[in-house]
Amino acid sequence: MRSLDTSPPEPRLSSLYQEVILDHYRRPRNKGALENATHAVSLNNPLCGDEIDLHLRVEGDVIKDVRFVGRGCSISQASASMMTQLLKNSTVPQALLIAERMSAMMQGDDAAATDKTLGDLRALAGVSKFPVRIKCALLPWNALTDAVKG
Amino acid sequence: MLDAARLRADFPLLQRLENGRRLVYLDNAATTQKPEAVLSAILDYYHSTNANVHRGAYGLAIRATEAYEAARERVAGYLNAWATEGVVFTRGTTEAINLVAGAYGRATVRAGDTVVVTAMDHHSNLVPWQILCQEKGATLRMVEITEDGRIDLSDFGLALERNPKIVAFPYVSNALGTVNPAAQLARLSHAVGAVVVVDGAQSTPHLKVDVQELDCDFYALSGHKMLGPMGSGALIAKPQLLETMPPYHGGGEMISKVWDDHSTYNKIPHKFEAGTPNVEGAVGLAAAIDYLARLGPDRIAEHEQALARAAIERLAQIEGVTVYGPRGPRDHRAGVVSFTYGDIHPHDIATILDQDGICIRAGHHCTQPLMRRLNVAATARASFYLYNDLEDVDALAGSLVKAGALFGYVPA
Ligand SMILES: Cc1ncc(COP(=O)(O)O)c(C=O)c1O
Repeated sequence: MRSLDTSPPEPRLSSLYQEVILDHYRRPRNKGALENATHAVSLNNPLCGDEIDLHLRVEGDVIKDVRFVGRGCSISQASASMMTQLLKNSTVPQALLIAERMSAMMQGDDAAATDKTLGDLRALAGVSKFPVRIKCALLPWNALTDAVKG
Repeated sequence: MLDAARLRADFPLLQRLENGRRLVYLDNAATTQKPEAVLSAILDYYHSTNANVHRGAYGLAIRATEAYEAARERVAGYLNAWATEGVVFTRGTTEAINLVAGAYGRATVRAGDTVVVTAMDHHSNLVPWQILCQEKGATLRMVEITEDGRIDLSDFGLALERNPKIVAFPYVSNALGTVNPAAQLARLSHAVGAVVVVDGAQSTPHLKVDVQELDCDFYALSGHKMLGPMGSGALIAKPQLLETMPPYHGGGEMISKVWDDHSTYNKIPHKFEAGTPNVEGAVGLAAAIDYLARLGPDRIAEHEQALARAAIERLAQIEGVTVYGPRGPRDHRAGVVSFTYGDIHPHDIATILDQDGICIRAGHHCTQPLMRRLNVAATARASFYLYNDLEDVDALAGSLVKAGALFGYVPA
């Protein structure tokens, strides 16, 4: 029998599961339904069961408030939590721009990964090295684009 | 236990490294790896025997037909089928069950009738019955499970009081590893006049199965879960039931005479095998059965049970891990171990284990009604087979401790 493997986790894993990600996973910001939402979209990932209900209150073209309900893996839920922090009081075109940067970061774009407009989301840059997890990180962003373009 | 390390040498894919580590393949309930014997049987078939079956007037086509029909006999023998013509080749369990629902079910179930399924059924032994019941205005009655993941026998009894036309259940649960008392369930169902459909996707690879001893009416299996190729499988049925059933798919091979506006049909089992069949699949499945028979299904079952027990024991020592399904030391269970670990999502567990070359499944395992009853969205599932050993159990436990550390759990 081989003894317990106690070697430290590899760098790719520690960069995937950073403190800030686990913090958003365990203490999600802006979680819960939004009263008087103007936009609501539910998306799920049938493969792994991640779920996001995204609620927005848009006035003019400003996102006055944004909340989410959902369950799923740390990546999808942290991404949703971080997203709500960034989007509050941004305009819809700004929000879509951030969604595009986020998508670029997931494709491994290094410039996007250091783009300050992404805030805490930059902690998710490591996801780009785990192709099957990219759709987890993008689930809330797809809900956002569905909501405002829908 | 089997000498798994030696058996692994028969499986080319298991020689590969994954993320630089020895590949530890623990997703056998999803599909198994294939031994060289199966791969070479398929290659040999194409090198020496390939032609379309049941129609050629030349030697090659006759040999292809013989290979296909010999495979049917091999399947019939391994499961002690009622008759060789009671073996219908299908794409797998899913197609076999759809065949029963679509042909037998459509012809016999009427408005107001009941079809019984269980809360631990795979979607493929549930959705076809939902479709049938919706079409017919029949009632689908789902039997509940107990807290430790068995079919609730008292609820099963209540369901039978509705005098169902059809009772369907899995012999072995793919999500929990529970081995259900299939013969007893069949006997109870027959006592109220129901026809019994057994989902054998997980039992055929792992247990000695004798369909006549089980005394069910229909038994479905998938070749790819028992060392055979994907897209191979079979429905094993009582021939007298097949005789009375209308066809499922129409096309070539299943007909006898075709007129402008109607046709007469071929004998069973060909009546249910429209179109060119998966001959390489049947040939590969027969080779897989040869491999399994050589080891002996009883020894395979024992080996897996030992691994499942060891895994349950190891996981129980990790604080925060919950194992689902029957856990007693004497419980009969297959080599499937479903678990969760604190608030670490199963998908995250699978990613972390993958970095150590360990393949497990994370998700609902095509059993969403079951997951709802367990009050989880998903579980992580390790499933063992004949080429796994205690070293794999160690690797699983070690990698889980790592996952725990990443998420801030302190090893016990
Ligand atoms: C219990 C059970 N039933 C049915 C199936 C469906 O088998 P297949 O996809 O091979 O048709 C599976 C496989 O996932 C299973 O585990």
